[in-house]
Amino acid sequence: MTKTAPKGRKKPPARYFDVAAGKSEDDIANPIKLKRRNQQNFKGDFLKMQSHYKKQKFDKKKPTGSQDDKPKVPKISKELMDKYSRGDAVDSRGIKTRHFKEQQQRKEIYLEYATEQAARTELLLQETAGQLEADAEETTAGYRQEEIAANVDLQSAAKHFALKLDFGPYTMRYTKNGRHLLLGGRRGHVAAFDWVTKKLHCEFNVMETVADVQWLHVPTMYAVAQKEWVYFYDKKGTELHCVKRLTRVNRLDFLPYHFLLAAANSAGYASWLDVSIGELVGNFSTGLGDIRHMRHNPSNGVLCIGGGKGVVSMWSPKVREPLATILCHSTAMTALTVDPKGMHLVTAGLDRMVKVWDIRNLNDTPLATFRLRLPANELDVSQRGMLALSQGTYLETYTDVLEGGGTGLRDKLPYLRQRCDASVHGLRFCPYEDVLGVSTANGFHSLLVPGAGEPNYDALEDNPYETSKQRREHEVHALLEKIPPELITLDPHEITGVDAPTLQEKIDAKRQLFHLKPPRININPRHKMKGRGGTAKAARNKQIVKDMQRKDFIAEVRKAKKGVIADHKLKNDGDAGQQPKVKKERPVRSVLDRFKPKQQNQQKSRK
Amino acid sequence: MKVKMISRNPDNYVRETKLQQHKLPRNYDPALHPLEGPREYVRALNATKLDRVFAKPFVCNLSGHRDGVSCFGKHPKLLSTLATGAYDGEVRIWDLANRTSIRNFVAHDGFVRGIAYAGNGDRLLTVGDDKTIKMWSSQAPEPGEEEEPINTILSRHILHGISHNRRENSFATCGEVCAIWDDQHNDPIKTLKWGVDTLHTISYNPVETTVLACCASDRSIILYDQREAQPLRKVVLTMKSNKLAWNPMEAFNFTVANEDCNLYTFDTRQLQTPLKIHFDHVSAVTDVDYAPTGQEFVSSSYDKTVRIYHAHQSHSRDIYHTKRMQHVVCVAWSLDNRYIFSGSDEMNVRMWKANASEKLGIIRPRERANFNYQEALKEKYAAHPQIKRIARHRQVPRHVLNAQRKMRAVKDKELLKEANVRRHSKKGKVPYVSEKQKHVLRQDV
Repeated sequence: MTKTAPKGRKKPPARYFDVAAGKSEDDIANPIKLKRRNQQNFKGDFLKMQSHYKKQKFDKKKPTGSQDDKPKVPKISKELMDKYSRGDAVDSRGIKTRHFKEQQQRKEIYLEYATEQAARTELLLQETAGQLEADAEETTAGYRQEEIAANVDLQSAAKHFALKLDFGPYTMRYTKNGRHLLLGGRRGHVAAFDWVTKKLHCEFNVMETVADVQWLHVPTMYAVAQKEWVYFYDKKGTELHCVKRLTRVNRLDFLPYHFLLAAANSAGYASWLDVSIGELVGNFSTGLGDIRHMRHNPSNGVLCIGGGKGVVSMWSPKVREPLATILCHSTAMTALTVDPKGMHLVTAGLDRMVKVWDIRNLNDTPLATFRLRLPANELDVSQRGMLALSQGTYLETYTDVLEGGGTGLRDKLPYLRQRCDASVHGLRFCPYEDVLGVSTANGFHSLLVPGAGEPNYDALEDNPYETSKQRREHEVHALLEKIPPELITLDPHEITGVDAPTLQEKIDAKRQLFHLKPPRININPRHKMKGRGGTAKAARNKQIVKDMQRKDFIAEVRKAKKGVIADHKLKNDGDAGQQPKVKKERPVRSVLDRFKPKQQNQQKSRK
Repeated sequence: MKVKMISRNPDNYVRETKLQQHKLPRNYDPALHPLEGPREYVRALNATKLDRVFAKPFVCNLSGHRDGVSCFGKHPKLLSTLATGAYDGEVRIWDLANRTSIRNFVAHDGFVRGIAYAGNGDRLLTVGDDKTIKMWSSQAPEPGEEEEPINTILSRHILHGISHNRRENSFATCGEVCAIWDDQHNDPIKTLKWGVDTLHTISYNPVETTVLACCASDRSIILYDQREAQPLRKVVLTMKSNKLAWNPMEAFNFTVANEDCNLYTFDTRQLQTPLKIHFDHVSAVTDVDYAPTGQEFVSSSYDKTVRIYHAHQSHSRDIYHTKRMQHVVCVAWSLDNRYIFSGSDEMNVRMWKANASEKLGIIRPRERANFNYQEALKEKYAAHPQIKRIARHRQVPRHVLNAQRKMRAVKDKELLKEANVRRHSKKGKVPYVSEKQKHVLRQDV
């Protein structure tokens, strides 16, 4: 009830329960939206009924809910997503039932989310890659090592050093985490040290020829290929083991995820020794003669062996034939290497060519070819794709494997170049460092190559700063995850793929149909009680059953054959329908033809 | 010259004191993690092997009964309480956490046929061979006092089973007739008959709480609605069904344990063909109980084994047996989905883990994450032959193996015979009948 205003006084102030001034009648009519009658006493929210509920589709573009409430998540660039992606999504169109289709679509959403999360961790990486930029009117190729060392911080400058050693041409290896260095001199000198702190682990002379050295799965053990056999030593130089089954080995390599020490010897034998159980899992002749060049492909564990005929063949321990061969050079090979990502194979031959091959596709044509003045005798590719090659005492690096230029071309100068005091015998980029290790006939050089190494390591994979406890734990984990040698194949993702028959297998199966023999049938007829037929009847019954099964089999094969032939005919007819074949008319021969001049044939025979 | 080299400050990568955790920078770039597929496969293989290594399902043995165990009653509120009845009429209440019997009393003359807790768990109902229904308090009597039932109802008919309504205060018994009782009256409020002499087992639907299902001695399964005067429908199988369990999550489905070594899952709306036939037992199946998730169920059999099935799969995922366990009569799945109880002829109640390789006790977050990862790996690589072989392999008792061989031989012989008859008959005379259609004889409405 509203009070009426007394006479002579102003209107009372407006109250909320009076009709609001300035508002239309419509606004006031329904001030509160009431619930339906049957819902009025209910305080909570009503759930939407199933039929009203619009089914949410798996559409990544469609935003769910109001976007203002959520913190805005920055978008990730496509390049970054591609880097972490494991391939395209499965096309769900081919999936027949709705259940599995939705299951697959849901899985794809999870996978994309995982990729996105992995890509977002890029933000947390601490280090950036090294780089070298030339000033105006200068080239990076013009810079000397001393100049670079003078311009970097003290810690980096200490990574540039040289060792003068007396026991003649040296081979060298870095550990997988790039912390330790192993040197082996041809005349028996073996030295292992932490090259960052320059702390020597051991140094001794085996009093025998040393062909090659190789670290094993931990930086406390290494293998040395000596004159006759391969020996294992520990960090302090104690001889742990002598493997007499590996004789006259030229080259050593180690597959860290398979725990296999691969060895190639002068008789052309390739051997794989499982260092965790001490067994040779593969040991056979490649038929390539003296093997001088061998590297493993880090992405699939296949051994690439370069032969004297310019052919690179790829080997797996459980297959006695090469998985693939590539004719790379028309002359003998001088060096080969595989890049750490397992994408490119770089080969060099006596024809002074360096070629880059795509080893995932195995094409006939190289991706890049360049010619040098002298044949390259050592090659290596860094983690970030830098190529280093040496020609005698001279070595140069290129920023990209595919962009290696020829020596002496003005527009394609190398990234860095260096002349050593003696001919180069070993060349390796140090993992996770901007360093190139070069072993020569009389020593070792550690060169600074800014931008070569991966700046951010994964501590659970390789850790340059690992403690002994971490190393031990890592060793146990790695052993538990040891990949069996049977899984060394050209395609490392084969195990996760669908085992569908290839076209070749399908063709072979069809071809097999025409040479199938009926299988041998062995039946054991039940022994019947006395009086229900003797041995003769049993034998007859047996024959009847055998004949029947044989007949069935033959009928089945015949039917299959007919199908194949019908398909083939249909295909041929289809082809014929498009391009009608013109039957070549045979020239009518006569006896007098022999007197005609045989021009064409004569020319051919001369050639 | 502008030059920059990788120069890591060790302070960022090495811990300062031993009290700190090691610094482990990660880089998820796929190029630094080669051989992803094969390594994952090896991990999956190891996880599968470890799963079998740690498969120790037996938890404990509850001994105390002086005759074979006949039935179980699960407390609806307390996970640690289980009631068991025996052939000598004794009922025992167990404290599962301490693995002790906390209460025991002789409830009936002769067998205890069925035990059911009321919906809120304050009362316990038992039926026995002496034609009585006894109502007991969940609370143990004061020390020195006798165990007395709150109420004893004398039934006019023989009683074989009991089931309590989940929502209301009514319960149902079966025997000669199906009777619906109220806790206020000593006479049934309703009796339902369908020309059958004995009903073995009865079970209330947990969701649609007025619907009941019974297994009868004429090999039929009968569905009732307690609101109606007449039974709903009846489906007759080739052999007798022993027990029946409703799926608690998909409450329109139920599974019956049959004498012919199989279990049959039916959809109530489509009784003509079973949804699934569950094979693998080699002798009559005696009891079945669903997991509270409705994803799995457990069955016990006269062949002295307990098997666990996925609700929608034909073959069992696991088999439990011990040297001393005799014919298993009753089985139950705990309401926290972690344990299975089996009661057998040789007077023991056994407690098993529902997941044979599950680790009991406290699991720390990192351990939990690792278990989850292993589960995902096992699922991803489950189809690989070697992994499949290891995951499927079970050691079964010799008598089960022999029986399996014999059953297979019989089956092969039947198939061969049928094929031969078909071969020598007119085309279409001997039709192909699916296994599902062979076992349902008819459906009455």
